[in-house]
Amino acid sequence: MKRRAVLALGLLGIPLRGIAQANAHVSTTDPLVYALTKGKAVNAGRVRLELPKIADTGYSVPMTVRVESPMTPASHVRAIHLIAEKNPMRDMVSFQLGPHSARAEVGSNIRLNGSQRVVAIAELSDGTFWSDAAYIEVREAACTEDG
Amino acid sequence: MALSRIQLPPEARRGEAVEVRILIQHPMETGLRRDTHGNRIARNVLHSLACRYNDVEVFRATLSSGIAANPVLRFFFRAEKSGELEFWWLDDDEVEGTAKARLVVT
Repeated sequence: MKRRAVLALGLLGIPLRGIAQANAHVSTTDPLVYALTKGKAVNAGRVRLELPKIADTGYSVPMTVRVESPMTPASHVRAIHLIAEKNPMRDMVSFQLGPHSARAEVGSNIRLNGSQRVVAIAELSDGTFWSDAAYIEVREAACTEDG
Repeated sequence: MALSRIQLPPEARRGEAVEVRILIQHPMETGLRRDTHGNRIARNVLHSLACRYNDVEVFRATLSSGIAANPVLRFFFRAEKSGELEFWWLDDDEVEGTAKARLVVT
């Protein structure tokens, strides 16, 4: 793309970052991701993972995941999975939701073994997968192996 | 049975999305720590939790050692009619726990 065109897109308010980073969160060949998706594409978007930017310790960090979904019997979020990049157990938690959930929002307190990226993957009732990632700096790690 | 606390508004309007929060007293022992004698402390994680509202499952979670000690879980469900919200959970020591809260729907 020519520089002028890129500039024009920026002026039009089209999120270049979104285009450039499509599916940068998740490797679909990661065995843990593959176990969830069976190799299907994981799209970036629709999911928002909220974590603090910095945590003094990794023992208990508040986490919220929100997914854009009407949460009706026809269209809802089936599950939300959370994966830590650097924890000894990378699959942190899975939430099973449904149309009864009314709102696709869940929260918990997570344990983090140092600064890392955390990924949230949502599985929708139409069989598609969506994700978001957040990087968090942890000053003092929890659960260090043999710690 | 582990101690727990449920935070739920006492009343809700029909069709409203109600937020519920449960805190359970549990060590969520990772299995990676050692005691003062250098022996590994066995893993004991509260790994399964489910919530039923008027006998319909509205929420389920599978937890690992990536969840902090004394886990907190927060989620929403749609208020339909007055009734019980029943929680059930299980840990690696096969210890079950339950907790209940009542919601009045107007």
